Amino acid sequence: MSEILNFHFDVDGDDFTSAGKASVNVKKNLRQLGLPPEIIRRVSIAMYEGEINMVIHAGGGTADVNVTEEYVEILLSDKGPGIKDVDLAMQEGFSTATDNIRSLGFGAGMGLPNMKRYSDYMDIKSKVGEGTDIIMRVNII
Amino acid sequence: MTVEYLSTIDGMTPIVLCEPEREINGVYIGDLLSWVMGNATSGDAWITIMSNINILAVASLSDVSCIILAEGVTLEEDIVNTAKEKGINIISSELSTFETAVLLSHFL
Ligand SMILES: Nc1ncnc2c1ncn2[C@@H]1O[C@H](COP(=O)(O)OP(=O)(O)O)[C@@H](O)[C@H]1O
Ligand SMILES: [Mg+2]
Repeated sequence: MSEILNFHFDVDGDDFTSAGKASVNVKKNLRQLGLPPEIIRRVSIAMYEGEINMVIHAGGGTADVNVTEEYVEILLSDKGPGIKDVDLAMQEGFSTATDNIRSLGFGAGMGLPNMKRYSDYMDIKSKVGEGTDIIMRVNII
Repeated sequence: MTVEYLSTIDGMTPIVLCEPEREINGVYIGDLLSWVMGNATSGDAWITIMSNINILAVASLSDVSCIILAEGVTLEEDIVNTAKEKGINIISSELSTFETAVLLSHFL
C-alpha cells in the first residue's frame, strides 16, 4: 500500500489552549487533497478527541497521520499512566477527568466512544505505568 | 437562513462574521464538547454558553455554520481574534438558550 502523505505532530502536554492544533492542521491538509468533507470531518474529530485525551490524561504524546489510497490512518502514542480497564473506558460517560477539566466542557466520557464511532477500525493498546497506543482508520473507499 | 441574516435579528449581535453567506441548516445545543462533536451536523448553528478557546476547534472540526453564545455570554478579545483567523462565525444572543432555539425554529 503506497502512502500518499504522512504528518507527524508532537502534542504538548501542558498547553491546553493550543490543543487541537494537530487536528485542525490535518483537516486543512486533507481538504487540499480533495477528500470528501464527511471523511475529513470524521478523521479530524476522531483525532481531536485522541489529542485532547493525550493532553488531559497522559501529559502529551505524538500523533502520526498516514494517508493511503484506501484509508486515513491516525496513530496516537503517549507515555502517560495508561488505561487500567479499556472496556470500561470505552463506555459512554466513563471519565476520570477533574472538575477543572469538566468546567472547560471536556470530561463528558464521550471521547473514546466518538473515536470508535467516527473510525472504521480502532485498536487500543495500553499498559498501566507505560502508556497508550491507539490506531484509528477511516476508510476512503 | 444565512448566518448574516440571523445576526441582524433583534437580540443578536455579530461578533465574528467571516463567512456571512453560510447557510444555517439546523441547530445543535450543548456545552459538553464531545457531545457536540458526536452529534452536531455539518451546517448546524451551535448554541452554547461555553466561552473558552476550545470551542473554536470544536466548531471548526464539527463544521458548524456558526457558534451562538446564548444568555449574553461574551468572549475575551484574544479568542475573538483567533476566531477571525480561523474563519469561525460567532453571534452573541442576549436571549436565553431556549428563546434562542425558539427563534431559530421559525426560520428552519
Ligand atoms: N491517552 C490516555 N491515557 C490515559 N488514560 C486515558 C487516555 N485516554 C483516555 N483515558 C481514560 O479513559 C477515560 C475515558 O476517555 P474519554 O472517553 O475520552 O472521556 P474523557 O476524556 O471525557 O474522560 C478517561 O477519563 C481516562 O481515564
Ligand atoms: Mg476524552
